[in-house]
Amino acid sequence: MAKRSAPEVNAGSMADIAFLLLIFFLVTTTIEKDSGINRKLPPIQPPDQEPVILKQKNIFTVLINGKDQLLVEDELMELKDLRKAAIEFLDNGGDGSCTYCKGKKNPSSSDNPDKAIISLKNERETSYAAYISVQNELVGAYNDLRNRRALEIGPQKGFSGMNFVEMQNNHKDVRFTGNKTKLKEVIDQIKIEIPLKLSEVQ
Amino acid sequence: MSKFKKKKSGEVPAVNTASLPDIVFMLLFFFMVATVMRENTLKIENILPVANQIEKLDKKNPISYIYAGKPSKNYEKFGTEARIQLNDNFAEVSDIVAFINSERVALREELIPFLTVALKVDKDANMGIVSDIKQELRKANALKINYTTGKGDAAQNMQ
Repeated sequence: MAKRSAPEVNAGSMADIAFLLLIFFLVTTTIEKDSGINRKLPPIQPPDQEPVILKQKNIFTVLINGKDQLLVEDELMELKDLRKAAIEFLDNGGDGSCTYCKGKKNPSSSDNPDKAIISLKNERETSYAAYISVQNELVGAYNDLRNRRALEIGPQKGFSGMNFVEMQNNHKDVRFTGNKTKLKEVIDQIKIEIPLKLSEVQ
Repeated sequence: MSKFKKKKSGEVPAVNTASLPDIVFMLLFFFMVATVMRENTLKIENILPVANQIEKLDKKNPISYIYAGKPSKNYEKFGTEARIQLNDNFAEVSDIVAFINSERVALREELIPFLTVALKVDKDANMGIVSDIKQELRKANALKINYTTGKGDAAQNMQ
């Protein structure tokens, strides 16, 4: 007797199995937001340490009040002007010790980017969104200055056309083919020349 | 007569369903690759603000998450004030030090100084609670923090 060919498997139930797995994954996983502004908190000072003496001109005060208004160096300012004002403060080079500053050399503003401190104060009712916008602009000011500096000293070390943010990304990137040790040296040099001194007083 | 099969009476052949699972598997693979198993169920509203000076969190270093915001719809019995959530439960500011220490115990020695704390705070939360969190983190000596935000123009936050 001729053997009956095996009946074809009905493929409709395969789709059901696949849908079940899909619904499981849809429910239990999320697309996480994993980017943000990196910051370092200052360590707690032991109570007997004396506060460091700073010149008033080296401090740039930014206050945010409960209604999300900005008070920069005792004057009201809009958010969009903050970055420019911060760059002007940091880049000032008041006493001439800074060879890479292109600012106005105003004697009442900061002496050198490594002495310049931006002090940020907020109140308990300030909204977090406003705080993040201000942090963004201040970190942006530092990054703009660092980018400019990276384009200046990059070519001497063999990394031309790369700004600071690109240097950091390349350093973390596994596929980068250049010399990572030299890149790290350049990054560290820029970080020493323009340190991110953003203090948040209580 | 039966050497030639009787011609079919004009029925349209049924759609071949063998490729349906393939389409679904493609969607499935996309989800398996692009998503992460959710670690915590959020009991609070958590709409993150946006910023453009952001860096990606380095996944190779250990990360702990602290969520803050006002409780979401089902949990309204906990009030309308912003609360902190650690690992699936509401927590108080005083629990943060213990939380950080327990996270450190689970790590290898050499990785402990690389622990980054990701603060995922709702954009409408007040700075009062964020300042308290930061103060507790300073006490626990967890100094590397990251304000988790989405990517976008920061000026939109103020609206």
